[in-house]
Amino acid sequence: MAKQISVFLENKAGRLSHVTRVLGTAGINIRALSIADTSDFGILRLIVNEPDRAYQVLKENGFTVSETEVLAVQVADSPGGLATVLEQMHEENLNIEYLYAFIGTSGNDALVVLKVEDSEKTSEIFRQKGIKFLDESQLYRL
Amino acid sequence: MLYWDKEKECMPREELEKLQLRRLKETVFRTYAFVPTYKEKLSQVGITAEDIRSLDDLKQLPFTTKQDLRDNYPFNLFAVPMSEVVRIHSSSGTTGKPTVVGYTKKDIEIWAELMARALTSAGATKNAVIQNSYGYGLFTGGLGIHYGAERIGASVIPTSGGNTRRQVMLMQDFGTTLLTCTPSYALFMHEAMLEGGIEPNDLKLKAGVFGAEPWSESMRREIENKLGINAFDIYGLSEIIGPGVAIECSCKNGLHIAEDHFLAEIIDPLTEEVLPDGCPGELVITSITKEALPLIRYRTRDLTTLERTRCDCGRTHVRMQKVLGRSDDMVIIRGVNVFPSMVESVLLNIPGVEPHYLLIVDRKGNLDQLEVQVEVSERLFSDEVRKLEELGGLIRKDLESNLGIGVKVRLVEPKSIPRSEGKAQRVIDKRNV
Ligand SMILES: [Zn+2]
Repeated sequence: MAKQISVFLENKAGRLSHVTRVLGTAGINIRALSIADTSDFGILRLIVNEPDRAYQVLKENGFTVSETEVLAVQVADSPGGLATVLEQMHEENLNIEYLYAFIGTSGNDALVVLKVEDSEKTSEIFRQKGIKFLDESQLYRL
Repeated sequence: MLYWDKEKECMPREELEKLQLRRLKETVFRTYAFVPTYKEKLSQVGITAEDIRSLDDLKQLPFTTKQDLRDNYPFNLFAVPMSEVVRIHSSSGTTGKPTVVGYTKKDIEIWAELMARALTSAGATKNAVIQNSYGYGLFTGGLGIHYGAERIGASVIPTSGGNTRRQVMLMQDFGTTLLTCTPSYALFMHEAMLEGGIEPNDLKLKAGVFGAEPWSESMRREIENKLGINAFDIYGLSEIIGPGVAIECSCKNGLHIAEDHFLAEIIDPLTEEVLPDGCPGELVITSITKEALPLIRYRTRDLTTLERTRCDCGRTHVRMQKVLGRSDDMVIIRGVNVFPSMVESVLLNIPGVEPHYLLIVDRKGNLDQLEVQVEVSERLFSDEVRKLEELGGLIRKDLESNLGIGVKVRLVEPKSIPRSEGKAQRVIDKRNV
């Protein structure tokens, strides 16, 4: 399982660059990100190499931040790779709240970040089914 | 110590009313004799001091409005020659000419007494360390509190407003026991404490006397919990004397108006009819001891109710409820009256919502729109859009059912709503710009 950093952003010019600048100055590397937005606000979701420090630094800079548990799943980097995983999750009634793709790859696999309702249960089922996901130390080192 | 001046504060009603009648007569006499505008106003209704036989005759007297003060700018309403005036204060005059108020030596003396009563009512004694963060200068807040604090022999720290980090440092180092400022500034100081790594409960601060802007009961709870203090509401306006016109006692069931110096009435702001006790309306005050600027039936534009039932604290003076709003702050949206304090009450009843908000009124086409901006604290935040939208929807529904109009709620980043060191700006009305 991995830690995701979520940041509340108003839909105003310059807010995203401010976050990335704050992290850059602190020497924190962004490994993956996604933005979910509405007309008024957005939620920036980040996977970084040092989540705890990122959380602190952003908080000190006045952002509303939270840490969320997510799964970084390895998916075969070939057509239907993601579909296979999602189908298996569907069969097991595992609900996905959101997902986004990782920038880097792990060996021959693509990486997808998954936020699920119950990450304990999901990771257990993934293990049984042989769906690979990265543990924290592997993820932050990528 | 319970009272500063028990004899006056707990004076039996009958005796108090006798004193009021005598002072009212004197005031009518003096204004008629020395202030041309009042001579004209009183002549129009055909009343002189001899016609005042009971306090009930007050309602026959003409009103005084802020416009009267503007029309007589700067000193034409003064009832004494300038050689007797020892102090001049003035409003900021953001809307038109400023209003100017003057004080004789005796006026300043009475004001200090009233403030001494107020601070005592909030628990201050000569052992108190009072940090006065109201602005010093033309605004009456700073000097008004200052003189009262010295009068009771407390140690005053005249910090005035601004430089919040330093304020918090002094509060810690000097062992401030009582803070005086606007309620919104008190919350701003709390943020500065947290930022500076200061735990409010480690401070010696026990109480706060907050005023100069309307604030709700929920705001009181918020301040009391966050700062770990007892928060008292104080009322006053420069036209009447400044802070100290009314103060809450420990019962916190309304603010006792210093009735030996001021007569209070509630009127319907439209019909100008006097309303019975308990009915909400506009507060009207007559100052009956002011020498430099006595005002008859001054329309404060503050909306409240009066309560004359006995108070457990032993004071006999009438109580006004916390001000609901100032008619100046009221915005009319699609024909509905909205006060920032109504929005505040709703917001603070939602767990996790911070007491920082802003109302933006705008007109799209022919339709007025109200947007309420709410800061998203860590407690409210979720990494899921759906949950944040649900939160926005919940706030919107609560506001709409309480205000009776459609509202748009915008979630904004923490500390993006400007903080104030004086009176907080709660409304931006873009319709007139
Ligand atoms: Zn009382």
